[in-house]
Amino acid sequence: MNATTFQPIPARPAPVNTEGPVAWVKSNLMGDWKTTLSTVLIGAVLLWYVPQIINWAFITASWAPRYEACSAEGVGACWGVITEKYRIILFGRYPYEEQWRPLIATTLLTGLLVASCMRRFWHLWLPLMWLAVLTIFFALMYGNFGGLTKVETDRWGGLPLTILLSSLSLVLCFPIALVVALGRRSKLPAIRSFCTIYVELIRGVPLISVLFMASFMFPLFMPQGTQIDVLLRVLVGITLFAAAYMAEVIRGGLQAIPKGQVEAAATLGLSYWQTQRMIVLPQALAMVVPGIMNNFISTFKDTSLVTIVSLYELTGALKLGINSDANWRPFIIEGYFFIALIYFVFCFSMSRYSRWVEKQVNKSKLR
Amino acid sequence: MRISTVKTLAAIAAAICTLAALPAHAGKTLDGIKAKGMVTCGVNTGLAGFGAADSAGKWSGLDVDVCRAIAAATLGDAEKVKYVPLNAQQRFTALQSGEIDVLSRNTTFTLTRDASLGLHDTVVTYYDGQGFMVPVKSKLKSAKQLKGQTVCVQSGTTTEKNLTDYSKANGLAIKPVVFEQLEAAENAYFTGRCIAYTTDASGLASTRNKVAKVPADHVILPELISKEPLGPMVRRGDDEWFAVVKWVIYGLIEAEEYGITQGNVDSLKTSSTDPVVKRILGTGEDSGKLLGLDKDWMARAIKATGNYGEIFERNVGPKSALGLPRGLNNQWNKGGLMYAYPVR
Amino acid sequence: MRRIFWRGPPGSLGFPLKRLRVINAMKADTPPPHKNRWSWRSQAFRGIVYQALALAVIAFVAWFLAHNTLLNMRERGIQSGFDFMLQSAGFDIGESLYPFDSEESYLSAFLVGVSNTLRVAVVGIVLSTLLGTLLGVGRFSRNALVRGLCVSYVEAFRNIPVLLQLLMWYVILTEVLPSSDAAWKLGDFFLSKGGLNFPIPVWAVGQLWAAIGLGLGVVGVLLYRRWARRQFEATGRLRSAFWVPVVILIASSLAGWALGGAPTELNRPIRGEFSIEHGGALTPEFLAVLIGLTLYTAAFIAEVVRGGIASVPRGQGEAASALGLSHQQEMRLVMLPQALRVIIPPLTNQYLNLTKNSSLAVAIGYPDVVSIANTALNQTGRAVECISIVMLVYLTTSLGTSLLMGWYNSRSAIKER
Repeated sequence: MNATTFQPIPARPAPVNTEGPVAWVKSNLMGDWKTTLSTVLIGAVLLWYVPQIINWAFITASWAPRYEACSAEGVGACWGVITEKYRIILFGRYPYEEQWRPLIATTLLTGLLVASCMRRFWHLWLPLMWLAVLTIFFALMYGNFGGLTKVETDRWGGLPLTILLSSLSLVLCFPIALVVALGRRSKLPAIRSFCTIYVELIRGVPLISVLFMASFMFPLFMPQGTQIDVLLRVLVGITLFAAAYMAEVIRGGLQAIPKGQVEAAATLGLSYWQTQRMIVLPQALAMVVPGIMNNFISTFKDTSLVTIVSLYELTGALKLGINSDANWRPFIIEGYFFIALIYFVFCFSMSRYSRWVEKQVNKSKLR
Repeated sequence: MRISTVKTLAAIAAAICTLAALPAHAGKTLDGIKAKGMVTCGVNTGLAGFGAADSAGKWSGLDVDVCRAIAAATLGDAEKVKYVPLNAQQRFTALQSGEIDVLSRNTTFTLTRDASLGLHDTVVTYYDGQGFMVPVKSKLKSAKQLKGQTVCVQSGTTTEKNLTDYSKANGLAIKPVVFEQLEAAENAYFTGRCIAYTTDASGLASTRNKVAKVPADHVILPELISKEPLGPMVRRGDDEWFAVVKWVIYGLIEAEEYGITQGNVDSLKTSSTDPVVKRILGTGEDSGKLLGLDKDWMARAIKATGNYGEIFERNVGPKSALGLPRGLNNQWNKGGLMYAYPVR
Repeated sequence: MRRIFWRGPPGSLGFPLKRLRVINAMKADTPPPHKNRWSWRSQAFRGIVYQALALAVIAFVAWFLAHNTLLNMRERGIQSGFDFMLQSAGFDIGESLYPFDSEESYLSAFLVGVSNTLRVAVVGIVLSTLLGTLLGVGRFSRNALVRGLCVSYVEAFRNIPVLLQLLMWYVILTEVLPSSDAAWKLGDFFLSKGGLNFPIPVWAVGQLWAAIGLGLGVVGVLLYRRWARRQFEATGRLRSAFWVPVVILIASSLAGWALGGAPTELNRPIRGEFSIEHGGALTPEFLAVLIGLTLYTAAFIAEVVRGGIASVPRGQGEAASALGLSHQQEMRLVMLPQALRVIIPPLTNQYLNLTKNSSLAVAIGYPDVVSIANTALNQTGRAVECISIVMLVYLTTSLGTSLLMGWYNSRSAIKER
């Protein structure tokens, strides 16, 4: 019998590598001719401008806190304005020697905010921690005991003021917003109309008119002799404003719950509040977490408007620091960049956190 | 709902409302100040020479010194002042609403402000006029050359209206660029957005000497297009407080007329024989009692801030950074308009 | 203990008979009693009580505020009322769409302010929608550089407050741009610290005819769209939705212009002694507000568009490919209609935000309605009236925009039970 020897067919070429940097570049930057063209154009623009910007911002920049160094020839960005004025920017009109107090208070509050975001701190004692830290914050900032000099609330400014206003207004606006959102979907006509009027009225006007009314015309609405702190008035204004927007976001979530859920809850014999607490709100709030976080970020940014009512948060403190000093006037743009960086760091962290929460909540929907 | 239900609810609501009727009581500003232990003074956000805070938060200026004199006269301590910086829009609502006790913010006295805002003009502390400032390199010599040009101005001031009147009267069609904040208006002028900056002449001097990088690059045009009597204002409805503020300022002016200074007030208290001086300092008659204050009210005020002339010299006078001449703000017997009513 | 709605069949008393010693009521020949409305167990009664309480509280608060305000105002001699609106304004307005004289009334001044606000709002809405849509769609591009740029843009501009952005743009525009004597010139266009000066056509009959032509063109576009939709439903063939309408509009305007005598006279800006004169002008304040608001809102609109496109389930796209639809058909017929439903409500929100953020223009000297109200407030002292006018203007604009977008939304909504 003839034995046939095995003739292997020639090897086929190896499969095209779809992993690794080269493959990534090929698929993402040079997929087809249009993509390649846009890559080349954008790459050219970036290669032209980015080195110039880096040169201006870092290499030729002046960091010394002397304005003569900044006005010298060939100097790029003048970060000396930050090194010279950072204390008035960060702390506003707070007395110079006592600025260690807002520093400690702000660090504590920021630490608590960060801790509240992490799952391992979600225990029953977290609200107690909030109460404790807030008490310490106010005690440190206001003083008037134990050897600390009294510092009136209109001297508070800069970063502590921004963080205080945003965190307090966000914490306080959430319950109001829940009640208003539920009220807007209520069957009782009086409550529904009141909630609708409140939300539409507040959403229809800009924040600065609300702040102006709250801060300067509020005393006209009160019996003569009542003195309400400016900070409190501004806080009330911002809280009411944020609550209206939050109520709309929550209402969007409530609307998206299918009617069958409520009907099934009724079949099971649950009362209205039980239904809301156990069935509707967990689903609704999970659905609108991006909207809620968006609102948080907006409120944080909106605190920059309190400059209009003479509370010197970051933007106002910068103008206060630079306007009284003609030598630093031309370098105000670097100051603006510094403040923009602070806001960016805070808001970007919040938005990344919001993405994380969104992912946690939507684990069931991932493909 | 049934009619009877509606009626019941209406009755309940009405009952609650009548139960909560509030008593109307006229608040006495002076009592409030003594209770709080502070005079709340509305000042400028940052006008060197009139009301400005340095980087440590210490306020100084002509208007600030008036506040300190009032505090010294009423409370005994010139430092018991709470300064509330206000821009031009906020100042009147803050005073009307009771947030501040006295507005000492280089405010012009006009009919509208006296009659329709519910405020009172007290005493003029600075007679001024409105002028223009232009860069030297624009080669402008007169305000009448500003035809069709842009002029930076702060919103909510008499400046805005005067500019319009002047523009109309001289057919100049000036385009105003209006800013809410003083600093924004100054900035816009210095970056070159507008060709001219207009405000009271004292404000122009302050801006030029303290805010401009090179003061010599800017020139103040010779025309004064309006009268601007500047002084503190108080709310209507409290004549007692109105009298206190008025007479503290008259006392300061009369102190200069009779030679009482910050340095010699202590010695004059014990050694002077002039009856006018004794009245002012309280060693003769007690004029303070009629105002609701004690007899050393004027002595304390002069000790804290000096007389009007010293206040002027320190903040805006020829030797200060602003370098303004006494001019109209001199005593009546030296050719100026400062004529204090007799403190008696 | 669990409370439940109703314990018993409908029409009954709602609770077991043995709880109530009303034996007579259960006689078979008497009709069943009314639903007991005065018991706390009745949901209707509880509702009435809650509403009554809420009304009482609101009425009390409102009365309290109004009483105090009137008392304070009377005591201090502050005058009130809207009669000041007919008085002469006495101040000039730096820029406006139409000429304003200082002798005109406060009412006219407010109207100029409203026109300024609307001017920046409408242009801002159009530009930011265009830019935002491009950025939102760019997030799904195949090019990683484009994706990265869109992400960086959105993150950078969303996380910085809008007031800060407006102030920065104003500083950049007034520092970087040259002064008027050294203005950058491109043909007839001048760019300087005094703003952007451009030639405008002198108004003649020809422009009127062009406007009429444009109006007719709009009608033509609507007719074309109806025809195209009927063609699609009959034959399944998609007609161009963008280019043909654009061509119709341009052609009709040009036809009108040509019929009106084809006027070409332009009002050109020329260098004056201190500034650029004649021609149309956009001040740096307007430009700063426009650029700042557009770039800021575009970042948000990009996120909204991205969310809308991402909300369409992936299965829809896969099914469209399975059916053999081209990329363009898939976009127009499957993805966009579903995405639009999710995009419209938050997009309305962003439009409202842009309109309201334009109120911050007062910080950089643009004479919008808030700025004019501030001036009027200071000159007349009528704080309550001026603030309420501003709030009324913004409320009306917001309600108008919401209604308009709500009508558009209901047209594209999913019809549910």
